[in-house]
Amino acid sequence: MEALAVQALAGLASASSLFLVASGLTVIFGVSRIVNFAHGSLYMLGAYLAWTFVSHGPLAELGGFWGFWGGVLLAALCVGALGAALEMTVLRRIYHAPELFQLLATFALVLIVQDVALLLWGADDKFGPRAPLLRGAVEILGLRFPRYELFLIAVGPVVLGLLWLLFHRTRFGILLRAATQDREMVSALGVDQRLLFTAVFFLGAALAGLGGALQLPREAVTLHMDMAIIVEAFVVVVIGGLGSLPGAFLAALLIGELHAFGILVFPRITLVLVFLVMAVVLVLRPHGLLGAPPGAPPASEQAPPLPRPLPRGLRLATLGALAALLLAAPFLGDYPLILLADFAVFILFAASLHLIMGPGGMASFGHAAYFGAGAYAAGLLLRHLAAPMEMGLLLAPFAAGLVGLLFGWFCVRLSGVYAAMLTLAFAQIAWSVAFQWVEVTGGDNGLLGIWPSDWARGKLAFFYLSAALCGLGVWLLRRAIHAPFGLALRAQRDSALRAEAIGIDAFRIRWLAFAYAAAFAGLAGALFAFGKGSVFPTYLAIPRSVDALLMVLLGGVQTVSGPILGAIAYAGLQEQLARVTELWRLLLGLVILALVLFFPRGLAGALAQWGEKRA
Amino acid sequence: MTLLQTDARGLRRRMLLAGIAAGALARPAVLRAQGSPIRIGEINSYTAQPAFLGPYRNGWLLAQEQVNAAGGIGGRPLETVFRDDAGRPEDAVRLAGELLNAERVALLAGGYLSNVGLALADFARQNKRLYAASEPLTDALVWSRGNRYTFRLRPSTYMQAAMLVEEAARLPAKRWATVAPNYEYGQSAVKWFRELLKAKRPDVEFVGEQFPALGRIDAGATVQALERMKPEGIFNVTFATDLLNFVRQGNTRGLFECRAVASMLSGEPEYLEPLGEECPDGWIVTGYPRDDLDNPTHTALRDAYRAKYNELPRCGSIVGYDTVQAIAAMLRKANSTETEAMVEAFKGIRYQTGYGTGEVEFRALDHQATLGAFVGRTKLEGRRGRMVDWRYADGANYLPGDEQVRAWRPQE
Repeated sequence: MEALAVQALAGLASASSLFLVASGLTVIFGVSRIVNFAHGSLYMLGAYLAWTFVSHGPLAELGGFWGFWGGVLLAALCVGALGAALEMTVLRRIYHAPELFQLLATFALVLIVQDVALLLWGADDKFGPRAPLLRGAVEILGLRFPRYELFLIAVGPVVLGLLWLLFHRTRFGILLRAATQDREMVSALGVDQRLLFTAVFFLGAALAGLGGALQLPREAVTLHMDMAIIVEAFVVVVIGGLGSLPGAFLAALLIGELHAFGILVFPRITLVLVFLVMAVVLVLRPHGLLGAPPGAPPASEQAPPLPRPLPRGLRLATLGALAALLLAAPFLGDYPLILLADFAVFILFAASLHLIMGPGGMASFGHAAYFGAGAYAAGLLLRHLAAPMEMGLLLAPFAAGLVGLLFGWFCVRLSGVYAAMLTLAFAQIAWSVAFQWVEVTGGDNGLLGIWPSDWARGKLAFFYLSAALCGLGVWLLRRAIHAPFGLALRAQRDSALRAEAIGIDAFRIRWLAFAYAAAFAGLAGALFAFGKGSVFPTYLAIPRSVDALLMVLLGGVQTVSGPILGAIAYAGLQEQLARVTELWRLLLGLVILALVLFFPRGLAGALAQWGEKRA
Repeated sequence: MTLLQTDARGLRRRMLLAGIAAGALARPAVLRAQGSPIRIGEINSYTAQPAFLGPYRNGWLLAQEQVNAAGGIGGRPLETVFRDDAGRPEDAVRLAGELLNAERVALLAGGYLSNVGLALADFARQNKRLYAASEPLTDALVWSRGNRYTFRLRPSTYMQAAMLVEEAARLPAKRWATVAPNYEYGQSAVKWFRELLKAKRPDVEFVGEQFPALGRIDAGATVQALERMKPEGIFNVTFATDLLNFVRQGNTRGLFECRAVASMLSGEPEYLEPLGEECPDGWIVTGYPRDDLDNPTHTALRDAYRAKYNELPRCGSIVGYDTVQAIAAMLRKANSTETEAMVEAFKGIRYQTGYGTGEVEFRALDHQATLGAFVGRTKLEGRRGRMVDWRYADGANYLPGDEQVRAWRPQE
């Protein structure tokens, strides 16, 4: 019994740390609607800066109480200033880009920060000193409990209280709340939005930095901190309800305790427990625990124009290039063929996600689940039933489609970031099944020996096979977009009310589109599996979902050819940069950032614009 | 330092024709002139695991420099093309294709994560090309998924667990708890430790296990959960960040007081140095007592490494160094870069390890090297930990019987 009470305390301490990060995220989202992927990087920078201030430089020489706590506060302020600077230099320029496009910019920042941190602080993990006055442990119920954790437990409610005061008792806070509810109205009333947004970024980033800095006596500072925290922070924000601080606090408590007790009951599946809980919460409460359903979309969110076919000249050029590529393939050599087959797979994968995101108007953070479902379907058929490649390629889309039907039934009821996070939750659940069910899936060692049938083993044959199937898939997806089905899909996206008034069953249309897209992602996954000869849980992991998202966003959500360009650009850049330099993440981040700033409509959008101008 | 060691031709080609067209011009050089380099393609998770693979690559380059300074392989220098798989096995497979087809390397090497190693091994089997695995520890690589084209240098999970069991069996502790990262390495380390210890000490019981997610340990809660089990001994498999956090929370909460701890790899400088003054006393560990290992070979290596990089080698450095030495020995014997000749030469090849503990053999039976590890105890001296009371455990003594290995390994 005593042990359980102490376990609960351990959970509370984790909850506090989580709340600090999540509160910054939810404040930023509430006001600016930006899904700030770089929030974890700010948290990591907070930890690294605090480590530097505390163990090097003037504050370290001061030592003692002020040396430590001064360093922690200074780190938080520095990160806050960095956040404000990022808002002013990067994000401010792209507020009018389509929804989620800012995610691309923040992801570029993640890549840049990873390499910059490696350059500045080196590869080794850093251990900070213990906190003055809070070293050691106290005895609670006969068990030792660290003093610092007790302090952390108190930090969470204190920060919540301070934020509440800020939001309810100051003019700045009232403006922030007003902006959270209706940005346009606040601006119409003559409030300087730019200042407000910069201040919000300062606040949010400083909270993230403080969260990171306070980990110093507790955990090692590492280069993996950013990714470890960001997903969890998103989960907390979404479970709590976007933009709701008390909700985030409640959710942080829930997640913290879940971790603490989860490892007693299910020591092997603590990570997925979090996502299971998020799925349950979102299915029962589509706007999180304390979130409010959004009102009618503001007037500024006009429906994007219908995607038009490419200008004639460009279309001919594209077809010509494709034909030339297919004819030239036999003379290309093996490696370019391997690469081109990969590109074909990525194009189909991105195009399938585009159906959901563009015409469907739903975001998905977990599209890799269907890619992986197809890959595992093909792999398992071959491994356990000795089914040949042809059978695998035929059945994989159906398997992935079924998974899409199942997950989609829950996901498409939700909207916006909630729906996206629910897809992520399902993807993580699927991932953990692949990861944990070692007897069937091989666990993290994966399924090996998934090679193509003899006739397709040559690189050239496999390239033609990939090109044919992916071409077919992309064509079928485009057909769907231009068919009455696609028009109905767009109708429910642009105005759910009007669509329903003319008899369109919005739920069914979205559901079917989701499953249809999942099926093609599955085909892409199966092809990828045969191309690599193996299937691993990484096929359904978060980075692969993020890759697809980036490809679609980079290409441009509101164009039909966007995902194709985006896939080639992203995969090609990554491949080329990784061969040329060790700092490929830094370069890739900078390139993406430049593309985001110069082409806010995506690559295909920019191309179409250019074509129109010339025409 | 640049990641890429390519000849000027390759570099210029890439710059001129950035993109996929580049490969089109890279027709095979059918006959290489005498003195043209032998190229090795090395794939590792450099950006995902920089703390371990930086020293590894340094050790690799040092050995390559020494081999080349001594005249190379029959007059031909070694040359390595490094690639980063970012921790993704599917990327490793793509890069393997690139190295073989576009860069024309003679053999593949590398791998840090087990799943990357297995993916590369399967690729090697499928394409009938040689793969010299350096770091991956998984037993499957040479046993259940072993194949003709794959050889592995490091002592495997089984071997490391067996070394610790030998020590743990001598302890009075009867109630053991385990903590290991939740993936194949952690799971099989725990499995072998349990099996082998049970076989030696039937009176031992295992009272509980913790499997925190790799790199994501909730250290406070994990320590508390272990404390609840009231074990007499703890078997730890966590490493890197997880180890740091586990030790700090364990120290604060007194988890390790009056308890025996056996810990995999924790004596390696990679993991011991970041611990600093948190280093616990008296843990039984496998590792590498770099500062006290004084024999002519190792001292010379340590000095050369320090002179070149201005830092001391780590365990990864020795692994990189040894991999090159083993490959060089194999190439000298094979006198060819034809895959089948290299495979035959690799079987049973012997080379001198950088540890200075003598010759290591790549067993013909299962392609596992008999490289060992050092077993000792941790001790906090001043503000940093070190290994004391250590001895070299020769890998050959910690492998299962030949019959058992034959039963596990697919026969071709």
